[in-house]
Amino acid sequence: MPHDHPDHFHHEGMSPSGHPYRQDNDTPLTYWQRMEIAVRELLVEKGVTTPAEIAAQIDLMDSRSPINGAAVVARAWTDPGFKARLLANAGDAAREMGFDIGPLHLVAVENTDEVHNLIVCTLCSCYPRNLLGLPPDWYKTRAYRSRAVREPRKVLEEFGLTLPEKTTVRVHDSTADMRYIVLPAQPPGSEGMSAAELAALVTRDSMIGTGLPRHPE
Amino acid sequence: MDQHDFALWEKRVDALMVICSSKGLFTVDGLRRALEDMGEDAFEKHTYYERWVAAVNQNLIEGGVYTLEELGQRMDDIAKRGPTYGEATGG
Repeated sequence: MPHDHPDHFHHEGMSPSGHPYRQDNDTPLTYWQRMEIAVRELLVEKGVTTPAEIAAQIDLMDSRSPINGAAVVARAWTDPGFKARLLANAGDAAREMGFDIGPLHLVAVENTDEVHNLIVCTLCSCYPRNLLGLPPDWYKTRAYRSRAVREPRKVLEEFGLTLPEKTTVRVHDSTADMRYIVLPAQPPGSEGMSAAELAALVTRDSMIGTGLPRHPE
Repeated sequence: MDQHDFALWEKRVDALMVICSSKGLFTVDGLRRALEDMGEDAFEKHTYYERWVAAVNQNLIEGGVYTLEELGQRMDDIAKRGPTYGEATGG
């Protein structure tokens, strides 16, 4: 790679070989990045945290994914006692499976033939991140946050989900200390499958309410 | 609808927010107040983690963890380290 190339810091577009450049830590330093570095260094110097603690937190965050939520949903589909506990107190039920939920209140809402649930955070980006990882970009957009409550059926149609008129749509607005997760209905044809097989059918969007679980092959 | 591939500095902002919250340096309500006080155009002009680092920083200064002067001095020092995040953050 030619280090003296005048466009060294210009990473738009394609390389001469037609490979898209990937942004790395070599784009120009922004004001907000300087603030992040300064805040982090001051916190370490004041003894509030350590580089190891910050790295461990990022590692934990990276390890969380919708696979966690899918395991909870699949267990609820195969274990009626667990499902009852999940709907009574989703935080405790998830902790029972070894997931760290933190101090927040987690509520599972069940999709049935009559009711379809959708979750949103109209103010910012509150999300059941302990079970689903970080929220997708669209979840944080103003368009989704405002339209999910105003015209949920239209939003769902844009996600490819057209619900019968008779289905009640309930939209749940998350807050800083109350998060929701959707317990989707078990797809037809999946009866008798193992929890591990069922978990593979559970998508992230089905636990937000913008999608349905996959159907078995 | 693509999943954004978060940059390292953004993940660090998220981690600092979680760590400082868990140590009781501020509350989620304090962060939200700072975000809402930024005004409507902050949501047009700044990205998600830009707003969050500003909110975390404001709460830490208000909580007396460090001063505005310490922050300003450090941000000036960081600017002198090099033109990129990688150089300014020491790797």
